[in-house]
Amino acid sequence: MPHDRSTASERYRHAKWSALGTHIANIYRLAIKELRSIRADPIMLILVIYAFTIAVYTVATGASTEADNLTIGVVDEDHSDLSRRLLDAFTPPLFKRATLIQASEIDSQMDEGRLVFVLEIPPAFQSDILAGKEASLQLNVDATAMTQAGNGAVYIQNIVTQEVANFRAGREATMALPVNVVIHAKFNPNLTSSWFTSVMQVINSITLLTVILAGAALIREREQGTVEHLLVMPVVPAEIMLAKVFANGLVVLVAAMLSLVIVVQWWLAVPIAGSLMLFLFGAALYAFTVAALGIMLGTVASTMGQFGLLAIPVLVVMQLLSGSSTPMESMPIWLQYAMQVVSPTPHFVAFSQGVLYRGADLSILWPRLAAIAVIGSAYFAFSLSRFRKVIFGS
Amino acid sequence: MHVAVAKLEGVSHKYGATIALDNITIDIPSRCMAGLIGPDGVGKSTLLALIAGVRRIQNGTVYVLGGDMENHSHRMAHQAGIAYMPQGLGRNLYPTLSVFENLDFHGRLFGQGAHERHRRIEELLSATDLASFRDRPAAKLSGGMKQKLSLCCALIHDPDLLILDEPTTGVDPLSRRQFWDLINTIRARRPQMSVIVATAYMDEAQHFDWLAAMDDGKVIATGTTAEILEKAGKGNLEAAFIALLPEEKRAQHQDVVVRPRLESDDSVPAIEAEGLTRRFGDFIAVDHVSFRIGRGEIFGFLGSNGCGKSTTMKMLTGLLPPTSGWAKLFGKTMEADDMETRRNVGYMSQSFSLYGELTVRQNLELHAQLYHLPRGEVGGRIAELLDRFDLASVADIRPEGLPLGIKQRLQLAVAVLHGPAMLILDEPTSGVDPIARDAFWRTLIDLSRDEDVTIFLSTHFMNEAERCDRISLMHAGRVLAIGTPPELVRRREASSLEDAFISYLAEAAGIDGTRTTPQQTLPAPPAAPNPKSRRFDPGRLWACIRRETMELLRDPIRLAFAFAGPLILMIAFGFGISFDVENLRFAAYDQDRTPESRELIEAFASSRYFDERPAIASLDDLDRRFRSGDLQLAIEIPSGFGRDLQSGRTGEIAVWLDGAMPFRAETTKGYVTGLAAQYGKELIGGRPESTTASPVNIETRFRYNQSFKSVNAMVPSVIMLMLILIPAIMSAIAVVREKETGSIANFRSTPMTKLEFLFGKQVPYIAVAMISFALLVILAILLFEVPIKGSFGVLIVGTLAYVAATTGFGQLISTFTRTQVSAVFATAILSIIPAINFSGLLVPVASLSGSARLFGLGFPPAWYQPVSVGAFTKGLGWDELWINLVVLTGFFILFLMVAQLLLRKQEV
Repeated sequence: MPHDRSTASERYRHAKWSALGTHIANIYRLAIKELRSIRADPIMLILVIYAFTIAVYTVATGASTEADNLTIGVVDEDHSDLSRRLLDAFTPPLFKRATLIQASEIDSQMDEGRLVFVLEIPPAFQSDILAGKEASLQLNVDATAMTQAGNGAVYIQNIVTQEVANFRAGREATMALPVNVVIHAKFNPNLTSSWFTSVMQVINSITLLTVILAGAALIREREQGTVEHLLVMPVVPAEIMLAKVFANGLVVLVAAMLSLVIVVQWWLAVPIAGSLMLFLFGAALYAFTVAALGIMLGTVASTMGQFGLLAIPVLVVMQLLSGSSTPMESMPIWLQYAMQVVSPTPHFVAFSQGVLYRGADLSILWPRLAAIAVIGSAYFAFSLSRFRKVIFGS
Repeated sequence: MHVAVAKLEGVSHKYGATIALDNITIDIPSRCMAGLIGPDGVGKSTLLALIAGVRRIQNGTVYVLGGDMENHSHRMAHQAGIAYMPQGLGRNLYPTLSVFENLDFHGRLFGQGAHERHRRIEELLSATDLASFRDRPAAKLSGGMKQKLSLCCALIHDPDLLILDEPTTGVDPLSRRQFWDLINTIRARRPQMSVIVATAYMDEAQHFDWLAAMDDGKVIATGTTAEILEKAGKGNLEAAFIALLPEEKRAQHQDVVVRPRLESDDSVPAIEAEGLTRRFGDFIAVDHVSFRIGRGEIFGFLGSNGCGKSTTMKMLTGLLPPTSGWAKLFGKTMEADDMETRRNVGYMSQSFSLYGELTVRQNLELHAQLYHLPRGEVGGRIAELLDRFDLASVADIRPEGLPLGIKQRLQLAVAVLHGPAMLILDEPTSGVDPIARDAFWRTLIDLSRDEDVTIFLSTHFMNEAERCDRISLMHAGRVLAIGTPPELVRRREASSLEDAFISYLAEAAGIDGTRTTPQQTLPAPPAAPNPKSRRFDPGRLWACIRRETMELLRDPIRLAFAFAGPLILMIAFGFGISFDVENLRFAAYDQDRTPESRELIEAFASSRYFDERPAIASLDDLDRRFRSGDLQLAIEIPSGFGRDLQSGRTGEIAVWLDGAMPFRAETTKGYVTGLAAQYGKELIGGRPESTTASPVNIETRFRYNQSFKSVNAMVPSVIMLMLILIPAIMSAIAVVREKETGSIANFRSTPMTKLEFLFGKQVPYIAVAMISFALLVILAILLFEVPIKGSFGVLIVGTLAYVAATTGFGQLISTFTRTQVSAVFATAILSIIPAINFSGLLVPVASLSGSARLFGLGFPPAWYQPVSVGAFTKGLGWDELWINLVVLTGFFILFLMVAQLLLRKQEV
């Protein structure tokens, strides 16, 4: 095939590009390539969809930390009107129907975890109350059921006190407590736990998927040798990394927003107080930050298997110590500080709770965003410094 | 010719819409060397896989060793008589295992006793010159040695049929010669063995007894080598093959004519290297290499695999910095950030390194864009390349599934796309068929002679080396000789370039390179009694367990993760996760400012649960501070509160909670109610006229965990979480890794059963999980001070059943995932969610309802959590927990059975 000698090389070499324009163009093209790669992996896509739909829905509707369906057993040795009243007082949804059991069954029922609470009503309970004597009830609580034991015991005490008071009310004048407390829960009046768990699950899915997608994308290139090929071309490592950060962050971000609007707002009917746009902005910043974390892990591990084993502990620690499962305040102070320095997740969780529940605005939340940006930049800088070293195995 | 060892009738095979084999009917004779020749992608590999029984037959019948390969029992009975070596260097080897261990594993698979195994291994090692490398890991062998080892593995059980799929592709001439010597030795000893080989080297095929030439999924000619040559009327096979092709294909072929080089200005050489050296640790990959290459020159780099050719090329492209010495391209040192020089270079790496998930066209587009070809020219240039490299028909297909030859054409198209002044090509024609190779070379010559493009390439083909202007022979990091091909032949007084090369190599390696016939003909040993293939063989199971354990022990990183991961997580969880709600930030909005209101606030402030913040000034302030998350609790005391109390009326206060985190708010509510009641009681108690306000006294007994500390419940639950997460992921990776590296071929082609394969892989991970469990228990007792109050025995047995189930779960996932990343991802998601949410860790399973409850109970964690918490904190034993143990064992059996059902012994 004849080719005049000044062809390709001469012409293309002299094409003038401004440096910044070149970088942006390269990032854009590599990002498009990343998106195509993601599209080509159906299992990955199915998992993205699963994590943002079914997982969010089941977590929100299934595991609630709000005390409901509490399991209670009653040992009735009194067989009186009052004891039967008590038995009937434990009603759904707070309680499952109380089961009447024998004193001898207490241990086995609680050992096997079938009952978390057992209320023992002693003989002559009603007559003691009527006689104005102080009567004692025993409440057994399975203190290994951490989310239910404390609150449940308080509810049971209130219910019993109330029922006994009502019982007496028919007979003699009762005395109300001198202080009446009216409790309002702001932002979530009925303390419905799905309002909390659904949004937190979306956040957890963002973290999990972005880290894995971005890190795996880098390792895949390293394993297939394509990254070597890219580096022979007029492309710099920062462009390769940024393209991965943007493309993988974008995919997860879009999925997360759809999940928030369709699954959380519409399907689960969770009201969102604040600005979705502000949340989107924060989520974008966060997604890029955790994508940088994924890349960083991808430069630390050298095979996909290692990456998996490295990413999982990191992800689990980030999720569980972020304040999205249990309150930050209950952690030791040093751990709270440590997590807020190394992980962007506590900041994003606080940011999201601020925007979505409390309707807070940028003037309140900007320090959180700043923290995410700083941590993200640190991840990115670290990855960049490791990138060359790792790729060339020296 | 003898009766057929393999008989194919009407065999067709499709991959999606692509037809790989089209109605093939042939008889392959036994007791001889039968060759399959033909271009890439004509179905040779598929045909061999069908004969070997590793691929499922779609259409037609395949009779091998006198039976129908579709028949399961025939395959079971005769698989031990077939040995199969898949395409690719050392694909059936385990890289971290030594030469001896690889052979030993294969010997064990065929039920050989220790004595017999060792005798055979010694014999094979000495016949292949591998004896001195017996303890070297397979990963560190050169390509030629890998192939020899692969062959030894295939030959260890004296197969009746040996199937070799392109065994010498990418292997240097010396190793290749040794490889065929070995086969000839074995055949001399066991003449009853039949061999079927697919090869890209026509000079090799020329020595075979019988040949089938294939094209486009069809057989175009069969017969003895002499018959084929005669039929085509040609003197050598390469020419004969081309002559036998259908008219329209033959038309594409033109002989390669090397035109003389243009006179070129060589004052500044295109490539210049001086004392180029590269070390990796102690290993010197490239040792003081120097050369000068002129513009437009075609420079060939020859040498055995692993001799440093690729490393040299990487240094030239700037991918790898040299340890010492320098290299200049066009008179400029290659710098990492020199974008201008990079535009002058086109590079093609040894293995396919383009994007398998992008189509051919998309790959070209991506590269065009990254080299910033002017937008208007991209389309035309790509069309030109698709045409020039004959890629138009596959333009919109992903290269993943394309044959090697087409992939290599694509790589070259990409390398020349931006019109570079220099091409650095690392074994560009390895595995490519003759027509494609010649076409490739015509392109190279055009580029060199017409466009003055300098070409630096490495190759194993001697006829290609002869076309180079100059070549360099490399061995063990050093250059042995540089010169024009005729010069080198003259210097060694050899008859051909190949002989010259072998003589150089043999001299450098200290081997007698002239030996072409077996040194000694060993007496044929008594035919190995092929043990009856059994459904389950403890020896094979042990071989699998042993091998998996060795691989795991050689991977310090996997081991460290397996043991350190759970410990780190447990420490983080134990300290970090707590359901104790404390340090709640509260502030008062006191509009009353009486002693009573202050007393009430004091009651809150003195509680250990609350942490008082500056008082609230106004309702706006209250609102703002909640919004910013500064407050979690606010008490509003209206004016008149003190007066009401003093006059015996009920005083009313309002309490605001931050409901953003419902669990915390709920607990806070309980605290507030309790505090208010307490405060009320004290007020009443102070009054003279009081009667008992509430006569009921409720004694609350916190059982199992009297101090009501989170840690006593959390630590046993975290053990539950750790023992599903890490073991499941590790066992999933173990299976998928084999799919990725290709060693799963051993499972497909040997009598190993699914149960042996799966359970053999599972056992080491169960052991690792149990050790990890022991460490977690020690941590629980010593660091978190959570003692085991119940039966330790039930805890151990329960844990064993649990980790057997969780590793089984990992294997189940591995059966439907193809890559390690999706295996990790799927296992993590599918195990974390039920283990955290539906196992009793957060909410007792008894309180779950509907699908959540089923989801929980349908999964092992919900059954193990009661065992762990029961044995640690609740003080339980066998009587209470036996049912959980039974269910967990049931899960183990269920997962193993389902995984067996889903795992396919044959490829689809």
